Amino acid sequence: MNISISSRPLHDWDALVQADRAHRILYTDPAVFQEEMTKVFGAVWVYLGHESQIPKKDDFIATKLGLRPVILLRDSAGTLRALYNRCTHRGSTVCRAASGNAKAFQCPYHGWTFLNSGRLAGVPWPDGYACDFKDDKFNLAQLPRVESYRGFIFGTLNLEMPPLTEYLGEAARPLDEWIDRNPGGRIAVCGANRLKYKGNWKLAYDNSCDGYHVVFSHRSLLEMENRHEKDPNKGMSYYKSKPDEAPMYCRCYGRGHHLKDKRPNVEKRAGALWAIEGAHPGKERYEARLRERFGKEADRWLDLASSEPINLTIFPNLLILGNHIQVLEPVSVDETNTVWYGTAIVDGPDIPPGVAEDINALRLRTQEGFPTFGEVDDLTNFEEIQKGLAAQEDEWVYMHRGMDIPGRITTDERGIVTGPATDEVFMRLYIHHWKELMKANPVLSVKRAP
Amino acid sequence: MSYVGYVDDAFYRDLAAGFADWQREDRRISDPSLLESCRALLHLEARLLDEGRFEDWLALFADECLFWVPGSPGGDPKREIAVAFDDRRQLEGRIYRLRTGYAWSQVPQSRTSRIVSNVEAFRGESEAVCMVRSSFLITELRGGEARTFAGWNAHRLARDGGGWKILVKQLNLIDCDQNLRNPSLLL
Ligand code: FES
Ligand SMILES: [Fe+2]
Repeated sequence: MNISISSRPLHDWDALVQADRAHRILYTDPAVFQEEMTKVFGAVWVYLGHESQIPKKDDFIATKLGLRPVILLRDSAGTLRALYNRCTHRGSTVCRAASGNAKAFQCPYHGWTFLNSGRLAGVPWPDGYACDFKDDKFNLAQLPRVESYRGFIFGTLNLEMPPLTEYLGEAARPLDEWIDRNPGGRIAVCGANRLKYKGNWKLAYDNSCDGYHVVFSHRSLLEMENRHEKDPNKGMSYYKSKPDEAPMYCRCYGRGHHLKDKRPNVEKRAGALWAIEGAHPGKERYEARLRERFGKEADRWLDLASSEPINLTIFPNLLILGNHIQVLEPVSVDETNTVWYGTAIVDGPDIPPGVAEDINALRLRTQEGFPTFGEVDDLTNFEEIQKGLAAQEDEWVYMHRGMDIPGRITTDERGIVTGPATDEVFMRLYIHHWKELMKANPVLSVKRAP
Repeated sequence: MSYVGYVDDAFYRDLAAGFADWQREDRRISDPSLLESCRALLHLEARLLDEGRFEDWLALFADECLFWVPGSPGGDPKREIAVAFDDRRQLEGRIYRLRTGYAWSQVPQSRTSRIVSNVEAFRGESEAVCMVRSSFLITELRGGEARTFAGWNAHRLARDGGGWKILVKQLNLIDCDQNLRNPSLLL
């Protein structure tokens, strides 16, 4: 079933998104937000969840596609599906749990029951109906396209989207590297730091590759991590002087995806990451135990407990940073959830016994650090931007850092753009991609026949 | 005193044991003076936090202590991320950060009012340890808006002369598994 979208543009997007600046109403207008839920969150591949959250048949989690309530599941035949959590009778959600294992969902309102393929299994007292319940229109709607890239599950309503691997493009390479740093490329989601802020979702996206804010917005974290003078280079200390001259860089892959790669700032040797990791609970005891077993070799394991210095952002809602899978959930024009899923390494024949458990004991604690002592300050600054943008006559948000400076930003033959870590080139590129999406008239559809 | 790392498997095991099935009638402390000494500590703690006296608050804790906010009801800290899992060094860091003047989530500092109620105490595994359950309501004024955090605390206390030191404060938020707005003063 196709859903037609009005072809009249909501705004003159070229006037609102210019080369060096964007208009405030992109962040403040509820009508823009509503349109984004269709033209952005309905029309591109959107991250829905990780396979480790639904490892077995009949496992499900509740998630969202924009504002649409979705049940992401592995059905009884093992197929990944994203069902609308919306009863075809009168619209109630059929699943009210955040996660679980279920072969079927019975709507609590009048008892219509749906298999986890989406198919209607039955309704109470069917002799009160003249219709044929075998008609597909009574099955739960579901996303017509769901694909997983190495455990990362995405979905879209847009049949014209290229396959997921093509959508990810060259941004899949740093994602591969991030996955493959873990033994066997295995990771499992292990809980989350869940935060929210009163501000537009794009304020978080604007921040995703922002190397300009770090020493200012995160000053309290940097001072905290480096309060022991004998060891003043913890965490993101490489931002402290002339970050543009550091070997880190920002890279833009097209379609709004980008990477801030801080790995070149860190010595290329086992143990270098662990050496700059802040002091988290368990550090001394677990390190001592691993060193007792492995000596110098312990470094390669300890690095896995340390934060990986990359920020990889897949448009529009997936941010890989450190060891986190951060997901942006727009709630309204000025409310956003940011969920920082933790990841653990997973035992396997390639890991000595007990190592995964020790590393994860450290890795859980290192992951709690940034959301707690860093992100809260960014979220406050996002909220303060939202407040500032209430000033109606002051229309523009500038994003021109790094523009028009010869030689500063390069584009290779594949169209990949690279610039210094503090440049706003990633903002300019993604918001122009966003503009093209807002101008387009995608045909969105759901599927009913499982 | 200088910090020596103390979080290890044994620490996690003791924590799990201490927090398993502790609210038991057969362990209820009904001695009014004992109960009163626990209640007095909780009231003092709430006031120190409301007054922003974080260093004095930390002084209520034992050397090898823990401040723990599970990220799901009964969440196992060895298996999942917590909202907070601070040993002494991290608690010191937390306070240090708030004192830098650059922790924007607390500039300007919120005003808070903590109400502590429904206090019940239970004997620990020895005479030297007791467990205290209380309900809390934290009202916070920030950016012109008042909001609340609600839940219950479990305090694991150790005898210290005539009084108590806090071994573990487990803060159980009713919405611990929901998205939290600026939890920087959730203490
Ligand atoms: S709304 Fe679901 S059965 Fe009526
Ligand atoms: Fe940041």
